[in-house]
Amino acid sequence: MSTNLLELNGVHTHIGAYHILHGVSFAVTEGEVTMLLGRNGAGKTTTLRTIMGLWAATQGDVRFKGQSLKGLATPEIATRGIAYVPESMGIFTDLTVQENLVLAARAARHAGELDSARLDWIFGLFPALKKFWLYPAGKLSGGQKQMLAVARAIVEPRALILIDEPSKGLAPSIINNLVSAFNELKRQKTTILLVEQNFHMARSLGDQVVVMDNGTVAHTGSMRALADDDALQQRLLGLSLAVHQ
Amino acid sequence: MSTVTTSASAPVTGAAIPKAQFDWKPVALLVAIALIGLPLIGSPSTWVTLTVAGLAMGMIVFIIASGLTLVFGLMDVLNFGHGVFIALGAFIATSVMGGMALWAGESGAAQLVAVFCAMLVAFAAAAVLGWLFERVIVRPVYGLHLKQILITMGGMIVGEELIKVIWGPQQIPLPLPEVLRGSFLLGDAAVEKYRVLATLIGAVVFAALAWTLARTKIGLLIRAGVQDREMVESLGYRIRRLFVGVFVTGSALAGLGGVLWGLYQQNVVPQIGAQVNVLLFIVIIIGGLGSTLGCFVGALLVGLMANYTGFLAPKVALFSNIGLMVAVLLWRPQGLYPVTNR
Repeated sequence: MSTNLLELNGVHTHIGAYHILHGVSFAVTEGEVTMLLGRNGAGKTTTLRTIMGLWAATQGDVRFKGQSLKGLATPEIATRGIAYVPESMGIFTDLTVQENLVLAARAARHAGELDSARLDWIFGLFPALKKFWLYPAGKLSGGQKQMLAVARAIVEPRALILIDEPSKGLAPSIINNLVSAFNELKRQKTTILLVEQNFHMARSLGDQVVVMDNGTVAHTGSMRALADDDALQQRLLGLSLAVHQ
Repeated sequence: MSTVTTSASAPVTGAAIPKAQFDWKPVALLVAIALIGLPLIGSPSTWVTLTVAGLAMGMIVFIIASGLTLVFGLMDVLNFGHGVFIALGAFIATSVMGGMALWAGESGAAQLVAVFCAMLVAFAAAAVLGWLFERVIVRPVYGLHLKQILITMGGMIVGEELIKVIWGPQQIPLPLPEVLRGSFLLGDAAVEKYRVLATLIGAVVFAALAWTLARTKIGLLIRAGVQDREMVESLGYRIRRLFVGVFVTGSALAGLGGVLWGLYQQNVVPQIGAQVNVLLFIVIIIGGLGSTLGCFVGALLVGLMANYTGFLAPKVALFSNIGLMVAVLLWRPQGLYPVTNR
């Protein structure tokens, strides 16, 4: 039986004078990959940032593992088991790859305390991180930085990973590498909420899909149903998905 | 996922590991200025004396400014009231050393104990004042630069007035104890004992800060927070708590620096902190806002420049540090060691 790990109920978010989210409601099922799709400005990034508490919901509720996140600061939300990979990647460029991972592993005081077996697993997913272990993260390529950003989110087990547009601006070979890594996470039943503009990537990874438009949820359902239903695609493409093809 | 098979700190064997190249150019600039000073000054012994004096001044300025640069780097807080911690440290030194003068008597060791007691008390008192200052004055104006400038300057004025209430408005002498007066002779060069002590203390503070920033998780958090505090929070760390810790430590170091600066000047006025404020901002701008290494190199540059120009062309001395800042910013607009994400 599937359970909802994360639920958004009627969430409204304002940024300054702007009303960005207008009553967003959807759920993320435990152990599945939920794709969050929509054109630019649909409210996808705002949704992730609202879940993380980086922008406060002005109305509605975000519930994680059945408990409300209302009023919690970002660090408290993170320590409840949510990892966040922002669109900007949020890499600490002056720190080495090793230091970025030590920082992300809250239980580790230094590199020697990182879980070596898990680290080997990460190096298997992203071999470049092993090669550039002591290199400043700022000197990595865009794809390597994205790998580091994802590695940071999985260096310790987390209940939910929020990832914002990981394929943006990356070469196809790097995107394939990321897709392989996400498929490996999927095989391990990691719960992921993934914002993506690349519809092909979304179709290959997603179990569930949430389509947003203009700060509201336009569609929720299974990714397979959307992929198989031309009429539904057509209707949603009419809204916004043309940019994904 | 439980078998420990490799050392996490060195995962690569056999392969060449790309490493970061240290940027030596700012350090080379420091050495170049010292070497250029030698033929201009002419006499090697005078050059040694001035260089040690410059390094001592630079070390003291670094101790005072190190907290200021981290506070700005970590939370974008422009604290123009930093000088009040310097003044507090200097006045506490007058009380502690004055109070222990009889006890210390002629004994050199006891006089040194009195100096270190003054440093300890100034460090602790400035830490407490720093905690209060952050809570009452800085916290309500996070993210509001103009208000930060106005209210922290106001805080410093209030602090100075309170110092006048406690110690009086007059200048108070803070003579060096007998044990720190006089000079060591290095050939023909006279190197003042107190400047050697100040240089050593500065070196210890720099080593401690560098070790903390490079080798501890707290240091890692501070360095990361200076670059991207939102991401540090997203990883589950409370940056506000970290900031309070850095603010308190920075204030405490300014208190310690105040003792050293007071002994360097050998007299203390309530405006002693405000007088150094401009110098501090020059140093942290030259160094690169938020950079401890930049602050260190910048402080030494300022110290050397002030002493060389003070000897060679006293009328230019006042302008020399502004000129240095302009030259450095033309070369590296974000300072000697810019923090890259800022």
